[in-house]
This record gives sequence, structure tokens and C-alpha cells, in this order.
Amino acid sequence: MEIVERLLAGDRRAAARLISLLENDASQAPRLVAALYPHTGRAHIVGVTGSAGTGKSTLVGELTKKIRARGEKVGIVAVDPTSPFSGGALLGDRIRMQELSTDEGVFIRSMATRGSLGGLARATGDGVKVLDALGQDLIFIETVGAGQSEVEIARAAHTVVVVVAPGLGDEIQAIKAGLFEIADLFVVNKADREGAEGAVATLNYLLDMNQTEGDRWRPPILKTVAIRGEGMEAVVDALKEHLWYLKESGKLELKNRERGEEEVKRIISEAFLGRLLSRLKEGEWERMMLRLAAREVDPYTAAEKLLESSRELGQEG
Amino acid sequence: MAERKVRILIAKPGLDGHDRGAKVVARALRDTGFEVIYSGLRQTPEMIAETALQEDVDLVGLSILSGAHMTLFPRILKLLQEKGLGGIPVLAGGIIPDEDVPALKEMGIAGIFGPGTSTQEIVKSINQILKRV
Repeated sequence: MEIVERLLAGDRRAAARLISLLENDASQAPRLVAALYPHTGRAHIVGVTGSAGTGKSTLVGELTKKIRARGEKVGIVAVDPTSPFSGGALLGDRIRMQELSTDEGVFIRSMATRGSLGGLARATGDGVKVLDALGQDLIFIETVGAGQSEVEIARAAHTVVVVVAPGLGDEIQAIKAGLFEIADLFVVNKADREGAEGAVATLNYLLDMNQTEGDRWRPPILKTVAIRGEGMEAVVDALKEHLWYLKESGKLELKNRERGEEEVKRIISEAFLGRLLSRLKEGEWERMMLRLAAREVDPYTAAEKLLESSRELGQEG
Repeated sequence: MAERKVRILIAKPGLDGHDRGAKVVARALRDTGFEVIYSGLRQTPEMIAETALQEDVDLVGLSILSGAHMTLFPRILKLLQEKGLGGIPVLAGGIIPDEDVPALKEMGIAGIFGPGTSTQEIVKSINQILKRV
């Protein structure tokens, strides 16, 4: 496949085109991913999540500069929400990463969620694969705010950085939203503001409460002022340490396997649904949905009936 | 299945620090269903061309108020060409004197919108231009 060949030769335009293909046309994904896959699995994937206003983009930009200074190549997939009303999106994460635009060792891609609910786009994982195959050593995934993205980002990344900022009430939100369980690393950004010490203390207290016997990794809590580039070295060091911990404990392998499993399950359920729909009689799905809306059937019965009739039709064919 | 979305880069080359117009346009484009990458103030031609490449955009909109368009635009167009992105339409908005318009069109700027252009007009022209490419 020519475009994949070009990608592997380091062609950045090919990388950009491939991500678009994977975003736009799910029917092309199978053959493209099949060609890409053998060339992935090298990159350290780092998820960065946290509420709006905590400074995620600035942090990712500043961390990238430090990682570049160590000679590694960086990829960034920055996810922003698609407007449910217009289907459009305003993708503004690059504003905080301007100087990185012309660094050949950095590739930044803004991605809209396009109706995906979890804080990542459907194509985020595939975009990461493209950047991995391009040869980026570390790939950041920056999520849409925080809220529903926890499970997804924990699955998509090897290391999850949860960013909080003093004064936003994030310390409490962190527990509510379940961010606590997925964090491998906490960053208290905007640490020059009042309340930074309080945020650190709260996180420490919560960590003590949540730590279970046998946990070998205690998420470090690091203070940064990303806008001034302060505290970046310590965060980069912690990312490296976490990767080392994952490798050494065997958890890296486990995580990779779990992610693969989830991906296969998702593909199977999508394919299964597609096949089921194609086996139904013309208009059957729509009729059932109308009956459901009119409360003549319940969702379980509707699903059972549709499954049944697809089975019958499948046998006839 | 996912549909193909039109991606547009809105960038501000040069040194002026006013991006209200650019932001208004960016929002209007989002509200008509485009994916808009807004890259911020004080972009060099190199930054703009490289961003267009990485983001794989279908169209580039440049907003400029500083008066440096006659030097910056040719440079941006040349860099896009060098990166194999010569086919991407480039539009311009902001403060551009009438006497410069013919020269800008000549060098390949596909549309020029002065102050007072409504966002509807811009959306309409963008749709027309995209249909042509």
C-alpha cells in the first residue's frame, strides 16, 4: 500500500492523509490498519486529562519541548468536542503549542470527537497508530476536558496524567469523576496560585486512603507552572519512571493485551450489528424503532425480536 | 459510518495582535458544520504551511490587519506549494487595500474579504470554492 510505504519512509503528508482516511472512512480502516499494525507498538502513549482550564494544552506543549531536548520525537493527538448542533468543531489546542509547529520531530493533530461520547474520538486510537508508525517515540493524547473520558483514556494510554489546578474545585471533582483510579501521575498546574499546597495535600490524603496493599506504584504529585515551563523536567522523569515500572512489573504487556482485546471486541460488535442490520427486511428496523418510541415494545423485546428475525432470514439465505 | 468532514485552518500571519475577526469567522464556520483549526496569533508562514500539512486541511483562511500581506502571502503560498499542498484554496480577510486585490488574486489567493463582509457571505464563498476543487 503506497500511502503506508510513504508513511514508513517518514513522509509527514502521508501521515496526515492517513489519519484523515481513518477518520472519514471506516470502510477503509481494515486494510489500512492491517498494513500499519506491524509497524506499531514502539511508542510510549501518554494520556493527559483534566477539567477545562487546568492548562492541559500548555502543559503538553512545554513537556514536548523538554522531551525534544532529550532527542526523542513526539506525537500529539489533541481531541476537542464536536458541536452536537452543527456537527462542526473549533479545534484550538495548537494555540498553546505554536512554536512546536515547525519542529520536524513533532507532529500535532487536532481531532474532533464527531459524536463519540467518551472524550476521545473513534479514530483517536488509529491516529496514535499512524504517529507510532511514523516513528514518534512518545505520543500524547489530550482528552476533551474530564468527565466521561476516564475509562477510554485509561485503555488508550500506557500512562495517564491527571491535571488539576488550584481554585477550580478539581480536588473534589477528581474523586467524583473517578479520575482518581486512573491516574498514574498527578500534575498540580498553575502552582503559583493560592491553594496549590492545599490541592497537593488533598491529593496526598486521598492517595493514602485509596492505596491498597501491594500497590507498587504510588502516583507522584508534581507541581508545575506550565506557562513558564516550570517543573517540566520532573514530570518528564516521572513519565519515564512509570514506563519503566510498567515494563519491569509486566504490566505493560498486560495493558497492551487488554487494549488489543477491547479493540477486537469493539470491532466484532460493530461488525455483528452491521451484519444483523443487513439481514433484516427492508424497513424492519425503522418499524421496530417506531413501535419502541410509541412504547408498544420495550428495548429488550425489540432487540430479541430483531435478533430472532435476523437469524431466521440468515438461515433462509 | 463517519462522514467526510471539511477541515479549515484559520491562521493569523504577521505581528498584529487582534484576532477578534478571525475568531468570529472561526465560530461561524464551526456553526455551519466545518471542523476549524484555529492556530492563534503571530504565525510565521512556516508555521502556517506546516500546520496545514499536519492537519490535512481542505482550505486555509488568513486574517491580517498589519499591512504585511504583500510580503507574507506569497511566502505562504510558496511554502504550501513546496509541501505538495498547492491545490488547497487560500482565502484572506482583514484590512487589505483595494489596489492590492488584483495582485493577490493573480498570485493565487482564491477569495478576499474586507471589513464588513458578513459571515454568511464568507460561508457561501467557501462552499462555492470547495465545490470547484
